[in-house]
Formats: sequence, structure tokens, C-alpha cells
Amino acid sequence: MANRTVIPFGPQHPVLPEPIHLDLVIEDEHVVEAIPSFGFIHRGLEKLAEKRDFTEFTFVAERICGICSYIHGMGYCQAIESVMGLEIPERAKWLRTMWAELSRMHSHMMWLGLLGDAFGFENLFMAFWRVREGLLDIIEETSGGRVIFGAAKVGGIRRDVPDDLLARIPAQLAKIEAEMRPITDVFRDDFSVRQRLCGVGVLSQKDAYDLGAVGPVLRGSGVAVDTRLEGYAAYDRVQVEPIVESDGDCWARAMVRIREVYQSFEILKQVLPNVPAGPVDMKVTGAPNGEFFARLEQPRGEVIYYVKGSGKKQLDRFRVRTPTFANIPPLLKMLQGCQLADVPVIVLTIDPCISCAER
Amino acid sequence: MTKHPLKMTKVALENLFQKPATVPYPAVRKPVYAATRGRIAIEEAKCILCLICDKKCPTGAIKVDRPGKTWAIDRLLCIQCGYCVEVCPKKCLGMENLYSPPVSAKAMDVVNVPFTPPPPKPKPPPASATPAATPAPEAGKE
Repeated sequence: MANRTVIPFGPQHPVLPEPIHLDLVIEDEHVVEAIPSFGFIHRGLEKLAEKRDFTEFTFVAERICGICSYIHGMGYCQAIESVMGLEIPERAKWLRTMWAELSRMHSHMMWLGLLGDAFGFENLFMAFWRVREGLLDIIEETSGGRVIFGAAKVGGIRRDVPDDLLARIPAQLAKIEAEMRPITDVFRDDFSVRQRLCGVGVLSQKDAYDLGAVGPVLRGSGVAVDTRLEGYAAYDRVQVEPIVESDGDCWARAMVRIREVYQSFEILKQVLPNVPAGPVDMKVTGAPNGEFFARLEQPRGEVIYYVKGSGKKQLDRFRVRTPTFANIPPLLKMLQGCQLADVPVIVLTIDPCISCAER
Repeated sequence: MTKHPLKMTKVALENLFQKPATVPYPAVRKPVYAATRGRIAIEEAKCILCLICDKKCPTGAIKVDRPGKTWAIDRLLCIQCGYCVEVCPKKCLGMENLYSPPVSAKAMDVVNVPFTPPPPKPKPPPASATPAATPAPEAGKE
């Protein structure tokens, strides 16, 4: 019987971009149990919603996360619009869909690079981030910001995108897609990548469902759930199919994300030629009175927005459940029985965004 | 599953012999986009010190001093959301596409505004109150 040792992992650790603390109970080199602790970067955003004007809070909502910022802003606006019964203009819906997909692609490509970095494949990391830069240029040219789009607004979008610019984007995307193929092939076929990812951190289909995993973690374990099928924004008019892998290991989660990037290219091919002409925003009068749950698909998984207002300019209650928060229990399950050296890679495969989770 | 074991070698060799993807920054600068949200600029001649930007700024970066006739912004507090540009009734605020230069000390960027408030109107006519400036509802474009 080996001795049990507790190894503290985090909150500051070279591979962790953000502070989460895990107490790893180790037996030999194997993790028996992982005990998380949180609260290093709690920001009190939910309380702030009670002090701000509901339209101004959009800026705060967009800044919940630095990577999936756009969908946070969009989700908040969608929840408020549903409470107030606003039907936003068609052009705004299609442009929101475009930005949501661009946001998903740049988030996934950043993550793929980080995963390469986590198992020591520096060259792959640089390659992904170089290609991602092309996407950030498109985002900056259309919205004005590289990662904080600043384009969400209750009642539509804050800035229109000129039609000639929309017509130029498909050519830029085709170039990015061509640059991406060789490096995603490396992820799929390379021996050392598969050595580090295949069969590591396996989460069974039942566990993924029971523990409430969301997004690529859930789909990587073979459960076909994608909130985009709910048909918010213009997703009811584009073809979206959940990307599912059945292995449930780190490699399956990486494959889900790679295939989702290619899926986003396909979605954008449907969206860009179909953006209708017309206004992009509408006049919003009054204040939200009622409550609503909005569900959206973030790059990291399903995000839930709850807003409750009582006819005042300030909301009564605001709640956001981010995908990382939902993916922590599955992570603890994945860590059971793994090698100590695999812990950083497994933690990274849920695409942790701790500041989102703590809000 | 190692169908093509040298795939990464090919990518790596290509990287080795091609030009750097980055630009040598101070010497060469990337072109900026018209839409880029860089920094807030003010046309002080048009400003009427109405205080709307001061009140609406989500981070409280803008401070307008009416008696002192100054408009000031804390560049490090500003989040470049562009809300002040949208609500400015005189359209004297604008979003430039160049970022603000790096600084070594925190300080407010103070601009003197030459605006002189019109003399108060004579009292007698009761119905004609000076109409307050109304914020324009549509999104501000540069």
C-alpha cells in the first residue's frame, strides 16, 4: 500500500493561465482525488448589475470573459430583449451570428495553440497563433476591437458592417482555412500528439451527462447537445449539426474543437452572402419587467443568462452560469486515476476560464 | 496512425525559410483599420460642457469641470467602448483609430474648452424655456 501525499497544484502554476487551486491526492504517481478551491478572482459582477443602467451593463457583460466576449454581450442583450419583447432587425441577427462564429473560431484556435504548448509542442503553438491572427484582423476590421468586439447592444448591434467589407471576408476566410489544414493535420496524425492525448483523461458518456458537462467536453464524450440548435439569432436559418466524438479522452475533445472550427467556416459561408439589407438597431424605450433565461453556445459550452427586472432602469437580479463552472465537476472526475504529469493537459482540455467561472 | 510522420517537419521547415509573420514593430507599423477603437478625441471648439459623457461613461474615465471649463479623460481607465461618442449631443467626441501612447505615470488628459455659456435669457416670457440638449439615439459612426 503506497503512501498518500497531497500535492498543491496552483493557483500560480506555469501551465495555468488563470488561478484555480487543486489539491491532488497522489498515490505513487497516480491522482486518486482532486479537491478544487476557488475564489481568487471573484469580481462581484452580479451585484454590479443592480447598480448600473441595464443598457450600460452590456459593457460589463462583454467583459466577463476576454476570449468569448462577444457571445457574453450577445447573451445578455438577448435575455433583456426577450424580457422586453423586442424583435430585433434581421440584419442585426445575421451579423450577430457572424460575429458569434468568428468568436468561436478564434477561441478554439487559441485553445488548440495552448494545448500544443501544454504538452511541450512549442512549434504547433506558434503555428496556430499565427493563423489566428488573420481571424483577429477580420474581427478588428468589422467590429473595431480585436477580442472585445464592443458590438452588442440591447435592440440590435452598435455598428453596421459595410457590404463591401462583408463581400471581402469569404476570400480572407478561404486563405485562413488553407493555412490551417496542414497544422490541424499534425494534430490529427502526429505520433507524439497522440501519445500525449489518446486515452488520457477519459470521461464516459454517462459521467459526462450525469455531471452536467457542457460544450466540447460533453460532445467529446459522445453526447450530441449543441445549444445553437435552439435557433437563437439567425441559427434557425443556417445548418448546424452537433460535432460529436465518442472516445471521451483529451484527443476527442481536441478533435471536436478542430472540427468545430471547420464547421464555423461552413456556417460563415452560409451567413455572409445572406446578410439582408436594412437597419441594424431599434429604439429601446422603457425598462425590463419580468424574467428570462437565455441559453447560448459559447466556444467553451453552454452559457446561461438569467435576468430579472421590475420596470426599473436597474435589474433586480442578474445571473450568469459560464461553461467553465459547469465543466469543473467533470474535470474532477477526469483527473481521478490519471498520471500526475498529465494533470496540466487534462485541466487545459476543458478550456478553463476561471475568471468567467467566478464572475 | 502515423501515416505521415514528417508532417510537422514540413510545417517547421516552411516556417524556417519564410519571412517572419510579425512586423518589426517600431520601424514598420501595421496599417490600422478605419473601425479600430483606439482612443477618444475631442473637438474642444464644439463642446458645450453638457456633462452627458461624464455621466454616461461606464468606468467614470471622463471628468468634465464646468466652472473650470475643462474636459479631462483618464486614458488608462477608458475602455474604448465608444459610448460617450454615441451620446454626445454636439458630436464633438470621436473615436480615433490610433491607440494612446504608453505613459510612465497616471495622469488625466486635460483639455481646455473655450465654450462660454450664453447669458441667461430675460425672464418675462414664461413658456420658452431653453430646450435641453437631447442625446441622439442612433449609433455614432465615425
